[in-house]
Amino acid sequence: MKVLVTVKEVAEPEDDFQISGLEIDEKFLEYDLNEWDDYAVEEAVQLKEENDEVEEVVAVTIGPERSEETIRMALAKGADRAVRVWDDAFEAGEVLDPNAKARVLAAVAEEEDPDLIFTGVQADDDSIGGTGVALADELGFQWAAVVNAFEYDIDSGVANVHRELEGGVEEVTEVEAPAVFTIQTGINEPRYASLRGIRQAQSKEIAPKTLGDLGLDDSAIETPVGITDMYEPETEADTEYIEGSADEMAEGIAEILRKKGVAE
Amino acid sequence: MSDVLAITEHRQGELRDVSHEVVTAGSELAEAAGGDLHLGVIGGDVDAFADAVNLEGVDTIHTVDEGEEFNHDIYTQAVEQLFDATGASLLLIPHTVNGMDYAPAVAGKLDVPVVTDAIELGYNGGLEVTREMYGSKVETTVDVDSDEAIVTTRPAEWTPTEADGDASVEAFDADIDESAVGSTVTGFEEAAGGDVDLSESEFIVSIGRGIEEEENLELVEALAETVGADLGSSRPLVDNGWLPKNRQVGQSGKVVTPDVYIAIGISGAVQHVAGMKGADTIIAVNTDPSAPIFDIADYGAVGDLFDVVPALIEEFGGEAP
Ligand SMILES: Cc1cc2nc3c(=O)[nH]c(=O)nc-3n(C[C@H](O)[C@H](O)[C@H](O)COP(=O)(O)OP(=O)(O)OC[C@H]3O[C@@H](n4cnc5c(N)ncnc54)[C@H](O)[C@@H]3O)c2cc1C
Repeated sequence: MKVLVTVKEVAEPEDDFQISGLEIDEKFLEYDLNEWDDYAVEEAVQLKEENDEVEEVVAVTIGPERSEETIRMALAKGADRAVRVWDDAFEAGEVLDPNAKARVLAAVAEEEDPDLIFTGVQADDDSIGGTGVALADELGFQWAAVVNAFEYDIDSGVANVHRELEGGVEEVTEVEAPAVFTIQTGINEPRYASLRGIRQAQSKEIAPKTLGDLGLDDSAIETPVGITDMYEPETEADTEYIEGSADEMAEGIAEILRKKGVAE
Repeated sequence: MSDVLAITEHRQGELRDVSHEVVTAGSELAEAAGGDLHLGVIGGDVDAFADAVNLEGVDTIHTVDEGEEFNHDIYTQAVEQLFDATGASLLLIPHTVNGMDYAPAVAGKLDVPVVTDAIELGYNGGLEVTREMYGSKVETTVDVDSDEAIVTTRPAEWTPTEADGDASVEAFDADIDESAVGSTVTGFEEAAGGDVDLSESEFIVSIGRGIEEEENLELVEALAETVGADLGSSRPLVDNGWLPKNRQVGQSGKVVTPDVYIAIGISGAVQHVAGMKGADTIIAVNTDPSAPIFDIADYGAVGDLFDVVPALIEEFGGEAP
C-alpha cells in the first residue's frame, strides 16, 4: 500500500514588504513548508509506522529547484522519497486554478498509484483551499475536506474521518479508498526532524519531472484565471494607535479598560 | 446577459447564515450581469428552506429533495445538473467547510474555472473577483476570462438579505447516481464544553502564536487573572495542545461578543476574526504594524507583548511571573 502526500513550499512576507507589479518583491519573502502540509506529512508517516502494509510514503510537489530544501524537510520527517514537478510553463506565475494544479498532481498520482492521498486543507500563501478536492475529482477518487481525525481500516479500505465544520461541530464520515483527504491543523503533533532524519533525507530521492515527463503539455496548466492587480488592503477601521514605550502603551490600554468599565 | 446560480447551505435542520449572504452576492452579480438569480436548495426540509430563502432579488428557487444532510457526492451531482438545467453561467457557493468539500469537484465536472474565497465581485463583461493572499496582508484582483465561472464567497462579507421576495419555487428532479456516492455521513459530534464558555464572556484577553513557547503562557494567564478577564486564544495554541479547545476563538471555535477583546500576538487571520469581530471594543497588541488584526481593531499598540504585557499587569497592581 502506498500513501502520497502533496506538499508545497509557501512564501511568507516579512513584516515590512513591498509589492512590485503583481507579486511581492522576492527579497521580502521567506520560504517554508506549508503549515497544513506538515500535518499531512505527519499523518502519512504515522500511518506507515503503525501499519506494515504501508510500504511507502511519497511526497509530491510543484515547485522550482529552490523548494528542494523545504521538500527535504518532509523527507527528514519520514517520507521515503519525493517527486518535484517543474517546468518553464510555471514561471509565468502562480497557477490560480486548483483544477489546473490538480491535473499536474493527478498525472503524478497515476504513475505512483497510491491508495490514499493526503493534502493540506489550504496553502498559507494563496489560501485557495481547493487543490485536494480537485485532485480527487480528477482521479475519480473519493475524498473528504478539512479532516481533523482519521482512522483507516486497511482490510475494508474504509476511512472513518471527522470533518471539522464551523462552530466546534464535527461531521463523522465514512469514505471508501482510494481517496484524498485534506488535512486540518491539530489532527496530530508534527514531529521535529531528528538529526538522523535530516542526515537520511540527504540521500533520499527527489525526482524532478517536467510536464512532458508526465505526458502533459503547457495546456494542462492553462487557465483563464489571472491576477490583474495586487495591493495592500485599505484599512476601513479608524484604529487609534497607542504610541510610546511599553509602559506608555500599557498605560494607554489600562485607561481604555477602565473607561470601558471592564477592569479597575 | 448571464444568469447566476447560488447554492444555499443548511446543517442539522437549520439554514445557515451564509444562505442569506449568498443571496446578496448573487443578486448584486445578477443585476450587474443583466441576468436572473436562481437559488439551489439541496436536501433536508427543502420546502421550509425554500420558504426561508424566498428573498428579495431571487427569481427562481430550485429544490432538490435528496438526503437530510450535506453529502458532497449528492451536492456535486445536483449542482452540476442545476447549472446545466438553469442555463446559468455564473455559480456561487459559500466558502464554508462544506463549500470547500464540493465546489472544486463541481468545477472539475463542469470543466469551469473556480476562484475561491472571494470578498468582492464585479462584472464588466467578465467576472472580476477580489480575494486576499498571504494571511490577508495582500488583496488581489483576479480576472476570469471565460463565459462561465464558479466563485466561492467568503462568509460574513456580504450583508445578509432579509427582505421577503416573490420567487417561484420549482422542484428539480435530480438524477443522482447512487453508485457515485462513496461517502456516508454517520453523525455529528460537538467539541466538549470545558470549564468556561467564552461566548458568555464580557472581557477576553486572547493570545496567539506570538507567545512562542508554552512556558510563556503564564504571562498572559497572569494578565487575565489580574484584570479579571477570561483567557481566549487563536487556533495554533489549541492545535499544539497548550490550551483546551474551549479557549479557541474563531470559525471552528467560539464566536465571542465581549465588551472588550484584547488580541495579543494574533495576526488576525479571517478564520480568527470570524469569531471575534462582534466584540464591542477590540484592542490589538502586535509587533507587526501590517498585521491584519489592526484593520479591525479600535485601538492598536505596535509593540512587543513581552514588554507590554508585564507593564500592563503592573498597571493593575499585579505581578508578572
Ligand atoms: C478551516 C479553517 C478553520 C480555522 N479556524 C480557526 C479558528 O477557529 N480560530 C483561529 O484562531 N484560527 C483558525 N484557523 C487558522 C487561521 O487561518 C490562522 O492560521 C490562525 O488564526 C493564526 O493564529 P495566530 O494569529 O495566533 O498566528 P500567526 O498568524 O502566526 O500570528 C502571530 C502574530 O504574532 C505576532 N507576534 C509575534 N511575536 C510577537 C511579540 N513578541 N509581541 C507581539 N506580537 C508578536 C506576529 O506579528 C503575528 O502577527 C483556521 C484555518 C482554517 C483553514
